Amino acid sequence: MSNALAGATVPALGWSWGDLLFLVLSGTMLAAALTVVVNRDIIRSGLAMIVAFAALAGIYVLLGAPLVAAAQVLIYIGAISVLVLFAIMLTQTKVGPIRLVFHHQAWAGAAAAVVLAAILIGVITGTDWPDAVAHQAHTATDALARLLFSDYVLPLEVVSVLLLAAVVGGVFLAKRDEPQGEER
Amino acid sequence: MSHSLDAYLILSALLFCVGMFGFLARRNAIAMLMSIELMLNAVNLTIVAFGAFVPALTVHASAIALMVISVAAGEATVGLAIVIAIFRNRRTPLVDEYDRMRE
Repeated sequence: MSNALAGATVPALGWSWGDLLFLVLSGTMLAAALTVVVNRDIIRSGLAMIVAFAALAGIYVLLGAPLVAAAQVLIYIGAISVLVLFAIMLTQTKVGPIRLVFHHQAWAGAAAAVVLAAILIGVITGTDWPDAVAHQAHTATDALARLLFSDYVLPLEVVSVLLLAAVVGGVFLAKRDEPQGEER
Repeated sequence: MSHSLDAYLILSALLFCVGMFGFLARRNAIAMLMSIELMLNAVNLTIVAFGAFVPALTVHASAIALMVISVAAGEATVGLAIVIAIFRNRRTPLVDEYDRMRE
């Protein structure tokens, strides 16, 4: 949230702009996430996932973490969503959307999710966070870069090796088994 | 509302529960992987929210969130490759029809 808008309020509603943005973005994100989960057509689920990721990137900006928001847009929207959409198109059967989207035991999953949400909300509102402050901080990108290449340099290298292993593993798993050349 | 840690944590809890319901209820393996991505995003939102409101964690939270995003990318790659490999053998993306072990 920029400082110029921090004190201003929305004319008709009397809320601050930050609250309005938070409400709009979180409502968009939750609606898109529900669409991902319940939509019958899996292509639409994949497209709604992009909307959810974009709204979450906006929330990261609201939280003062612009580099995480940029990584969210680049990696989630740019890479993972495209990968998921390609996988959907590779595994579509010709008969179109199936009639039974959920398992027969889906009600148990729904009950578990509702109970977990109630427990988590109760715990969150009941806890008094001792170190939390009322004003959110802005993450300085140069400090983050220094930290990534000093204290976090070992995890950074491990993650790069992990990504290389994931690329090799993905190619190995998804490639077709070619006949080996010798004919029996 | 946008200046309270609780609002962000509750939003993240709701997103996690939506993802958990999708993982438990959907029959399509790719829809289950998408639900896992939603849950990973919820965890990331929690990390970034704590980073924004706890001064000692401000820079560390962004670093950890970037690591989580990278690992999620690797997880999506391998998971989707496994689903495609299974689809090539079984001709269906529905997980409740993967019952070779039961026969």
